Amino acid sequence: MGGWGMGRGGRPTENTCRMKDTPLSNCERDFLLKAIEEKKRLDGRQTYDYRKMKITFGTDYGCCFVDLGKTRVMAQVSCELVAPKESRPNEGIMFFNIELSPMASPAFEQGRQSELSVKLNRQLERCLRNSKCIDTESLCVVSGETVWQIRVDIHMLNHDGNLMDAASIAAITALCHFRRPDVGIQGDEVTVYSPEERDPIPLSIYHMPISVSFSFFQQGTYLLVDPCEREERVMDGLLMIAMNKHREICSIQSSGGIMLLKEQVMRCSKIASVKVSEITELISKALENDKKARKAGERCGFAESMPQERITALKMDETPVEMTDVTDRANDIVQNTEAPPQTVPSPVVPVPGVGQIGQGLQNAWGLEEDDEEEEDVSSHEEEEEQVTKMEEEQHEKESREGYFIYFNWVHF
Amino acid sequence: MQRQYTVYLQSFISRPCVRMFSSLKLRVGEVLLPGDEFSFDTADRLSLTEAVKAEKVVCGPGLRRSGDRLLVCKSGVLRHKEPNTFWMDSQQRRYVPAKGESIIGIVTVKSGDVFKVDFGGSEQASLSYLAFEGATKRNRPNVQVGDLVFAQFVLANKDMEPELVCVDSSGRANGMGVFGGGGLLFSVSLGLVRRLLAPHSEILTDLQQLFPCELVVGMNGRLWVKSSTVQQTLVISNLLQSCDTMTAQQRQQLFRRVAQGAL
Repeated sequence: MGGWGMGRGGRPTENTCRMKDTPLSNCERDFLLKAIEEKKRLDGRQTYDYRKMKITFGTDYGCCFVDLGKTRVMAQVSCELVAPKESRPNEGIMFFNIELSPMASPAFEQGRQSELSVKLNRQLERCLRNSKCIDTESLCVVSGETVWQIRVDIHMLNHDGNLMDAASIAAITALCHFRRPDVGIQGDEVTVYSPEERDPIPLSIYHMPISVSFSFFQQGTYLLVDPCEREERVMDGLLMIAMNKHREICSIQSSGGIMLLKEQVMRCSKIASVKVSEITELISKALENDKKARKAGERCGFAESMPQERITALKMDETPVEMTDVTDRANDIVQNTEAPPQTVPSPVVPVPGVGQIGQGLQNAWGLEEDDEEEEDVSSHEEEEEQVTKMEEEQHEKESREGYFIYFNWVHF
Repeated sequence: MQRQYTVYLQSFISRPCVRMFSSLKLRVGEVLLPGDEFSFDTADRLSLTEAVKAEKVVCGPGLRRSGDRLLVCKSGVLRHKEPNTFWMDSQQRRYVPAKGESIIGIVTVKSGDVFKVDFGGSEQASLSYLAFEGATKRNRPNVQVGDLVFAQFVLANKDMEPELVCVDSSGRANGMGVFGGGGLLFSVSLGLVRRLLAPHSEILTDLQQLFPCELVVGMNGRLWVKSSTVQQTLVISNLLQSCDTMTAQQRQQLFRRVAQGAL
C-alpha cells in the first residue's frame, strides 16, 4: 500500500504517499449535473427520497447501527459518575464525539482532526445539546458532588454520503436505547447497583431531534435530499435542518456559501418535517422490536445483526433501478439517425483463412493527403474511406476486443 | 480467459508431474482457500511399464510454487484451461497493476512532462505526454486534469511506480487516449470485468439485446458507459453493477424484465 515511511514517534513522515480518495473525473461531474437537471439520480431515487434505512442494535444497551444505503454508522453510549461543572452543579454532563475512521473512506486519516470531523462534531452538538432533548437534571445524583456523565461515541464505518443524518439518527436512537445503572443514596453514600441487582433505568428524553440534509446544485436551482457520496462531491452547498416530530426546528446550518431564498428554506423545512416524522416512526418501531426481542430472550446483538456476506453466497441487496421511460424507442432512434454505412451481412472470405466483417479503420500509414481524424468511438455511424489491408484488420478486430464492442445495427 | 491473465505464469515442470496434474484436475471447480496445497508423494511408486511423460503444469494467479508443492494463495474457485493451465478465480475489487493490461485512469496532476494518473492502485501511475499518438515536443496532447484516459501499462512492478502509455508498440493509438464526454464512469469487481472481456461473453450478448450503447472496459474494474439518453445510461450502469453477483439465469431474467420496460 504505497510507501508508508515512519519517522520518529511513529507518525508518518510528510512525503509518504497517503491513500487519497479517487478523484472525481470531469466526465462524471458533467454527467451527474446533467442527470440532476433532468431530475434523475444515480440510483433511481426521486428528488425527495431517502435511501433505504436500517437500524439494528448491539448486545449492550446503547449500541446502535444505522445503515443509510451504503453509509454505515455506529453509535455507543456509555456513562460514568463524575463531579459536575462548577457553573451547573445540578446538571449532568453530555459529551459527544464523532470519529471518522479510515475504514469509512480512504480520504479519512487516523488521528487527524480534519475539517469535516470538526464540522460534524459541531453540528451534532448543536443538534443534540442545544436543543435540550435530554433532561440533564435527572442525571444529577448528589447536587454539587456527583452527576452522571453520558458519553456518545459515534464511529463512521462506511462513507457513502450524508454522514450527518446517519450520525444524528444513530445518536438519538442509541440514547433512547441506553439504560443507565440505578443508584441508591443513603445519606452521603452513593451505591451504584449492577444490572443484576436492579434493572437499569432509561434516560429521560423529551424529544428526538433528527437532522435532514439538503444538497443544492447549480447555484441553488436544483435540490436533492440525502445526497450520496458522488452527489456530495459535485454539490454547491448543503443545508442541514434538525427538527423533531413536533415540527420544532432545533438547528439550521447552511454551508458552502450559496445564497438561498426565503421560499427555498421554507420549502425545505416543510419537506424536513415530513421526513422527520417518517424517520421517527422507523426509530420507534426499531426500538419496539428490540424490546420485544430482549423480553422474549431471543439472541440479539452484534453477531446476529451482521448479514451473511460470504463469497460463496449469491445474495445481494436489490439495487433499486428506475425504469420508467426506458422504452424511448429504438425505432425512433433508428429513424432519426442517418443511414448507417453499407453493412456486410455476413462474413466475407476474401482469401482462404481470412474472414472479413465490415470495413475496418482507415489506413493512416504513408498517406499524407488524408487527415487523421480522431477515431470517433460511436463508429458504427462512421464512414470508412477505404479498405485496409487484411492483416491490419484482423489485428485491429482482435485488439479492439479488449476495450470496446461494436453493436451492429439491427434493422427492425 | 487466458488473454486476460498477462500476470506471471509459472511453469512447474517435474517428472512425476502426472500426479500433480491429476490431483489438480480433480479439484477443478472447487472452492479453495489459502493454505491448501497440492503435493505429489515421492513415496508413490512409478509404474515402470507405463510411459511416464513429463507434463508441464502452468500456474496462473492465485497459485504459487514452493519447493515441490503447489500452494493456493488466494481464496476462490480453481479453474482449468486446456491443456495444462490452472488458476484461482477470485472475487476482488482491489486492482494490482500488471504489464500489458489496459485500464481507465483519471488524470490528477499535470506537471511538466508527465501526467499522474489515478487508476485505483496503491500509487498513481505516470503517463508521459509523448506517449500519445502524434505527440511531439511542440505538439502536446490536449489532456486536462480530471480527464479519463484509456491506457495500458508498460511497466508494472511492485517496486517501482507504474508507467502508462496511450500508444501501442507501433506508435498508433489503437483506441487508447483521452475519452469520455457525456458518459458515466463506475466501478465493478474485477471478476465481472474479466467476464465481460472474455471471448463470447454472455453478459455482453445479453446487453446487446437491450439498447445500443458504448462501453469502455478497463481492467482495473472501471467501466464507462454512454447511451442515447441519461436514463438509459443509468439503467445500464445499474444493471452492470447488480449483475456482478447474479447467476446467469437471474441475470437473463433481469435483462428480460428491463427489455420489456416493466421494471
